Amino acid sequence: MSLTIEFKIKQDVLCIRLNGELDHHTADELREKVTAVIEEKAIRHIVLNLEQLTFMDSSGLGVILGRYKQIKQLHGEMVVCAITPAIQRLFDMSGLFKIIKMEPTEEFALQKLGVA
Amino acid sequence: MKNEMSLQFSALSQNESFARVTVAAFIAQLDPTMDELTEIKTVVSEAVTNAIIHGYENDPEGIVYITVTIDDNFIEMTIKDTGVGITDVDEARQPLFTTKPELERSGMGFTIMENFMDEVEVLTKPGSGTEVRLRKHLQSRKMLCN
Repeated sequence: MSLTIEFKIKQDVLCIRLNGELDHHTADELREKVTAVIEEKAIRHIVLNLEQLTFMDSSGLGVILGRYKQIKQLHGEMVVCAITPAIQRLFDMSGLFKIIKMEPTEEFALQKLGVA
Repeated sequence: MKNEMSLQFSALSQNESFARVTVAAFIAQLDPTMDELTEIKTVVSEAVTNAIIHGYENDPEGIVYITVTIDDNFIEMTIKDTGVGITDVDEARQPLFTTKPELERSGMGFTIMENFMDEVEVLTKPGSGTEVRLRKHLQSRKMLCN
């Protein structure tokens, strides 16, 4: 089981849908692809949809925090949505939920960034 | 009844999912809850990733060794490398501590292991390698039938 990454761009918001497993192996690919899209498409904000993410470990926390920092430098925001209880536990443990906004659905997340 | 399995594989990141899925398949005979299975998979992933990135510093020549013993509802797993070892274990176990921030490591590996397991023991020697021993009692799911 690997990771499928789907991008959807709405104005300056990059919506990333993850399907599968996010670990050290797949985190590298995610970092490279997202970084390339942010630079090419003049992205400022990120919506991260984790609804179909079946597994994540601390490597996932690292790559998400890395993208948060990247988007912060562009004075943008990151909103994570549709997080499953198992992955929510990792967010709670790391304190990541204190700096990254969470919304129940992708639609709410896009609304939050004013592009719904 | 005691039941044991062991596994060894190259220190390649694509083997991380192989390792956690294989351990989970072995544990499945204890009929764990979904939460327990997720916890086991997550800690295996953390320890194996540490062995690959830190123990062997991404050298694919390295070999990661896993042993899992189950006895009733008790699980003991050891995940071992013969890599560089850890100079300061207490520091390594601190939440958010990482020696490789440039690789976007979160520093949460040991914290997650400690949260998801009953006991985490780290045996290490600089230059010789690291062995992580993880222990957990699963909640009993035996049904009472009259």
